Amino acid sequence: MSDLQLPHINYAALAPMLILFGAACAGILIEAFVPRERRYPVQLGLSLAGVVAAGVAVITQAGTRTITAGGAIAVDGPTVFLQGAILALGLVALLFVGERSLEAGGPFVAQAALIAGSEPDRRQVVRPGATEVYPLMLFAIGGMELFVAANDLLTMFVALEVFSLPLYLMCALARRRRLLSQEAALKYFLLGSYSSGFFLFGIALIYGFAGRVDFAGIHAAALGSDRSNALLYGGLALLSIGLLFKAAAAPFHVWTPDVYQGAPTPVTGFMAACTKVAAFGALLRVLYVAFDRVSWDYRPVLGVVAILTMLVGAVFAVTQTDLKRLLAYSSIANAGYLLVGVLAMSKDGLSSSMFYLVAYGFTVLAAFGTLTLVRDADGEANHLSRWAGLGRRSPVFAAAFTFLLLAFAGIPLTSGFTSKFAVFAAALDDGQTWLVVAGVITSMVLAFPYLRVVVMMWLSEPAESTPTVSIPGVLTSTGLAIGVAATLVLGLVPAPLLDLSTKAAEFVR
Amino acid sequence: MVGSTLPVVGGYLGSYATLGLLLLVGLVFFGVAFGANRLLRPARPASPEGKFATYECGLDPVGGDWAQAQIRYYVYAYLYVLFAVESVFLFPWAVIFDRPDFGMVTVVEMAVFVGVLALGILYAWRKRVLSWT
Repeated sequence: MSDLQLPHINYAALAPMLILFGAACAGILIEAFVPRERRYPVQLGLSLAGVVAAGVAVITQAGTRTITAGGAIAVDGPTVFLQGAILALGLVALLFVGERSLEAGGPFVAQAALIAGSEPDRRQVVRPGATEVYPLMLFAIGGMELFVAANDLLTMFVALEVFSLPLYLMCALARRRRLLSQEAALKYFLLGSYSSGFFLFGIALIYGFAGRVDFAGIHAAALGSDRSNALLYGGLALLSIGLLFKAAAAPFHVWTPDVYQGAPTPVTGFMAACTKVAAFGALLRVLYVAFDRVSWDYRPVLGVVAILTMLVGAVFAVTQTDLKRLLAYSSIANAGYLLVGVLAMSKDGLSSSMFYLVAYGFTVLAAFGTLTLVRDADGEANHLSRWAGLGRRSPVFAAAFTFLLLAFAGIPLTSGFTSKFAVFAAALDDGQTWLVVAGVITSMVLAFPYLRVVVMMWLSEPAESTPTVSIPGVLTSTGLAIGVAATLVLGLVPAPLLDLSTKAAEFVR
Repeated sequence: MVGSTLPVVGGYLGSYATLGLLLLVGLVFFGVAFGANRLLRPARPASPEGKFATYECGLDPVGGDWAQAQIRYYVYAYLYVLFAVESVFLFPWAVIFDRPDFGMVTVVEMAVFVGVLALGILYAWRKRVLSWT
């Protein structure tokens, strides 16, 4: 017992996470003590300030390469880059969440678990102004920060739960279509807990193999351990299932369309952008730091998963008639393209995947942001047929959405093209031609559903039932402007961000 | 392995031999009891009215079999579990916090930990979860 020592903690390196968790706790206090009418500006201000402050803290750590908190946290290039990405995307998502001009009191209710349609639930639906979503969002962002920085499997698991639990709740907070929203949350929760269980079993098997849970220890044990390799492969398979579930890769994607459709649209955008960054950040760290010595063995398997993901996403996107579901399947296909970058297993693969995450995140946030604007009396009108002729009614809006869809389709001069080019080039350099071939073919298939929406908006006559496009408030306009501008700028001049991601592409072990 | 030649009883798994024997005896007892019952009992099948109703104790069953449980207990149980787990974390801390080099830092860390959990109960209290309505 005499060798028991306090771990050294580098508070500056942990500052982004500490700031976010501190702001989230302060948000709970505000929820408890500030009068209801004044909560909204206070909560929104605190959340924005917390995210910005954490962003500043991340920027000050740009050059840090260290392992701290007793080996539990690694702050290195990818950590800093991905934390910055999560904060930037989280800030834009927060702008959409904070919008109140579209719907009096905002699109959220206070209590997720009240029985839909019951008397208390009806009361909370007509009583606007719930602000519980802001601390939940801060907890989720903080958990994601921790997730991409975790340097051992147990910390990673704790972070997984810290960002998953608020997400489950946020899915059930939609004010319209309560039952659908609760169904989404329940599905996400049940399947998410299964995947967490898989992740834990994986940790147990890996611990059985390596005798340690930190990535450097697993890396060392992979070279030579007297235990059976079945433990290593089994453990890695289970870990990957847990991570690929969060990343929405096939065949672990079945929750995605239902959850994306049922969750409140700003929350869906947040999940599509930030959860994807967090999940792929963790997957990159696990595969590149801990298991790089067995990459020869898992690459074919994950390659099949990548191709399956791209195929499922592209083919099912063609059959969708609901725009949220369409974007959900598109997000599945994009998980496949990201996996192609991940499987390049090189410095280029790492940097191009990180670039892809940022580029895709801004585009998808702006796309879900525009969905919140097309409304009729029942709330958002997401059915594809309702969008017919929207280009005639609101040309500016339809032009922006067209641009975003072209970016998804990977047309040059958009960020979608540069990011896809980067991951495919990295995979080609590494000899993964089969993945690139599959990627290009599915991209062509996937272009069809996007272009169908474009054709529908511009070439159809507006019908009687074509909904109106609401005038966005300041927050949504800002968010949309940032998203569209990022999509354009990363398509025209991708070099600065590519340089940044290349410079950051070095893990510490 | 010392003093045993049977591979099943020896070694690590040998300590489970008693349990296995007990399971076996239990199965045999179950089989014998039900088998004897089946052989010895008189068999006079009849279907008087009400035989297959929920109860045969002379009262007509009223209402459905779905009963409402009192959901309010749930929050209390939840808060109890929260603090029970917290106190488990206090024990290892209480053993080491007065060692040299630990001191104030450790006390503050535990204060932060307890404070965060106290925040939860504070929130529950302000949202009137604790008042029994």
